[in-house]
Amino acid sequence: MAENKRIDQATGTQTVGHEWDGIEELDTPMPRWWLWTFYASIVFSIGYVIVYPAFPLIHDSSKGLWNWSSRGALEKEIAADAARKAPILSAIAATPIEQLPARPDLMRAAVQGGAAAFRVHCVQCHGSGAAGSKGYPNLNDDDWLWGGDLKAIEYTITYGARNPDVAETHAGMMPAFIRDQMLSPAQVQDAISHVRVISGQEKPSASARRGAQVFADNCAACHGADGKGLRQFGAPNLTDGIWLFGGDRAALQETVGGGRQGVMPAWGHRLDPVTIKMLAAYVHGLGGGEATPAPDAATQTAEATPQGTPATPTTQ
Amino acid sequence: MTDQSKTPGFYEKRKAVFPKQVDGPFRRFKWVVMAVTLAIYWGTPWIRWDRGPHAPDQAVLVDLANRRFYMFSIEIWPQEFYYIAGLLIMAGIGLFLVTSAVGRAWCGYACPQTVWTDLFQHVERFLDGDRNAQMKLERAPWTLGKLWKRLRKWAVWLGISFLTGGAWIFYFADAPTLQHDFWTGQAHFVAYATTFLLMMTTFILGGFMREQVCIYMCPWPRIQSAMLDEKSLIVTYKHWRGEPRSHGKKRAEEEGEAFGDCIDCLQCVQVCPTGIDIREGPQIGCITCALCIDACDKVMAQIGRPRGLIDYATELDCEKEMRGETPTPVLRTLFRPRTLVYFGIWAGIGLAMLLALGNRTRIALSADADRNPEYVRLSDGAIRNAYLIKLSNMESRPRAMQVTLDGLPGGLMWAEGGTRDQAARTIRFDVSPDQVRKERVYVVAPASGAAREDFSFTLHAIDSPEESAQDEDSFVRPEAGK
Repeated sequence: MAENKRIDQATGTQTVGHEWDGIEELDTPMPRWWLWTFYASIVFSIGYVIVYPAFPLIHDSSKGLWNWSSRGALEKEIAADAARKAPILSAIAATPIEQLPARPDLMRAAVQGGAAAFRVHCVQCHGSGAAGSKGYPNLNDDDWLWGGDLKAIEYTITYGARNPDVAETHAGMMPAFIRDQMLSPAQVQDAISHVRVISGQEKPSASARRGAQVFADNCAACHGADGKGLRQFGAPNLTDGIWLFGGDRAALQETVGGGRQGVMPAWGHRLDPVTIKMLAAYVHGLGGGEATPAPDAATQTAEATPQGTPATPTTQ
Repeated sequence: MTDQSKTPGFYEKRKAVFPKQVDGPFRRFKWVVMAVTLAIYWGTPWIRWDRGPHAPDQAVLVDLANRRFYMFSIEIWPQEFYYIAGLLIMAGIGLFLVTSAVGRAWCGYACPQTVWTDLFQHVERFLDGDRNAQMKLERAPWTLGKLWKRLRKWAVWLGISFLTGGAWIFYFADAPTLQHDFWTGQAHFVAYATTFLLMMTTFILGGFMREQVCIYMCPWPRIQSAMLDEKSLIVTYKHWRGEPRSHGKKRAEEEGEAFGDCIDCLQCVQVCPTGIDIREGPQIGCITCALCIDACDKVMAQIGRPRGLIDYATELDCEKEMRGETPTPVLRTLFRPRTLVYFGIWAGIGLAMLLALGNRTRIALSADADRNPEYVRLSDGAIRNAYLIKLSNMESRPRAMQVTLDGLPGGLMWAEGGTRDQAARTIRFDVSPDQVRKERVYVVAPASGAAREDFSFTLHAIDSPEESAQDEDSFVRPEAGK
């Protein structure tokens, strides 16, 4: 094969010496500088191998002179990021949560930090879009069991709801009226009729009229005579369009007959106060957050300031 | 076995080229092109262009940090990058046009590699003398004198290279500021690194690699060779006129031999910046700088023969001339269907871009609906959707804009941070100059209605209501029974 090498007349270049159906290939010499570039890259690679991790060993790899590792690089980046955030976090820590909205830069950082923490700690129950599901409140809406201003949300996250381990936790529960034989099934059906009338889901009926009395005797203590709920007990507003466990007859019968005790964990001993503050800011910013009530306006009606503090003696 | 001395090795050393000084129309044209291109390159960043207090006053600026491209009165945002794409397509078609008409004119006159190599060769000739002196110096042993001459030449080359690399960075930042920062050591590391990198590539490619770039590295010679046809004007040696070569007319006449116009004086080879022999026919190394035409014309004048033994000619004309026919007039060659079609496409794209640039709105709106959750039921039963809207003010002055709900009966909206009792059909926003304002907007509408109701957000500039933008979206409601 090598014997077939010949100098091509037109180009003066040698052929590689093989022929494919009459087609030959020129063996054009490479420019010398190309060779030197190749050698230079070999030299570079030697330096690279010495300086950076290169050779696989049994448990590890060679470390290289600069002791570089991707883990180490990541740690450095994380440390740099933490250092960058530190002043903002300490400023958030030093600011009472109701004053955060006055500091838009801190508020923005808090909402972003809260969004990140929410994805880690809260999505399991409330969902990644905070839209909740049956039994787990939707945090985007304007309906709050325990209060929807920044301070109230911070309190709820810190101490949770119906949490046996925390003294400050939100208390109040829905009794099981049938299971505990407090009401007869017929009375419960009447009360449900009444609730569905005041929430606009049914037309008034004889059952509902009977139910109004049942409601006044058994339910109004927590839900209020008008059924608008009471945040002190986490008793939901029964006249609105939002139903945590469902607003149809079957769901209501289950709720009234068997009771409900939804639990929210207390995060005060698991997360640091700054993270809780940021979570509260994030949840408040999801679209339903309520304004912080002015301190001197605590005696306004429950309608205007739906706040957890029982300033309205309208329950009985 | 083959003769080893004749066998080329695997690798070939670069044969040094020492192009000789030449004068003539093409050389003078090259001088003009060089002066113009270098003036454009070095001068452009220093041209000022007043855009008001909110925008840079540099006429041509590629502001990578803020993702803006300024070119005189045109400002381009990243999403308008198709204008740059259009410009590149125009450059491509323009190259087709030029190549099909006059061959590798780009390579020969305007390519930076050609311009800077040419500049470096002038420096070389100025310092070390013309071809023969340079060859002598190359062969001379390394004495102190030679070392001094070499260092002197490299120093001037490095100086030019530094200015070349240094000028590049001015296209990416305010030139006077950057120049001040550069010399006082306050410029960004990238500025120094870029300058150094381009300085070294200019020094190496212009000083040492030269024609190797054209022959081995650059893809254009291949592409352009493929775009030539038999009607393209290329630098051609008219072999039917030149051959057989004689080494002296008189001697050839005395000996009664046939002879052509070529006297094998090798002037065409000596002036060639890529060191080829044009008499071997068209080849990849020929950048069609036409310096050999200048050189040969001079010789033809001296021996009393008509000019143009080496000349711009088309393959077809060469065949005609060989048969003794008159060649096609140059204008007919230049204005033929192929070039006219290229020109038409080129001009069409240019006009379309000009029209588009003239008519583009400088405000824009885009709205993206929240997907998680798609909708939220509010306590009064109404349904709320959320949208992230982006309002772009592409002018360098602050502008007030108004977003309006178009469609969605009963729908009201408010911006994040506000409350529902502020809800309205329109919201007014002030957008800073040259900025995109992002706002989350809540839209609330009655629960009764289609599960997916189409509507749009409409944006108007308050100072000129005819300027508007629109983005279609849909309002999502829970399906019946939920």
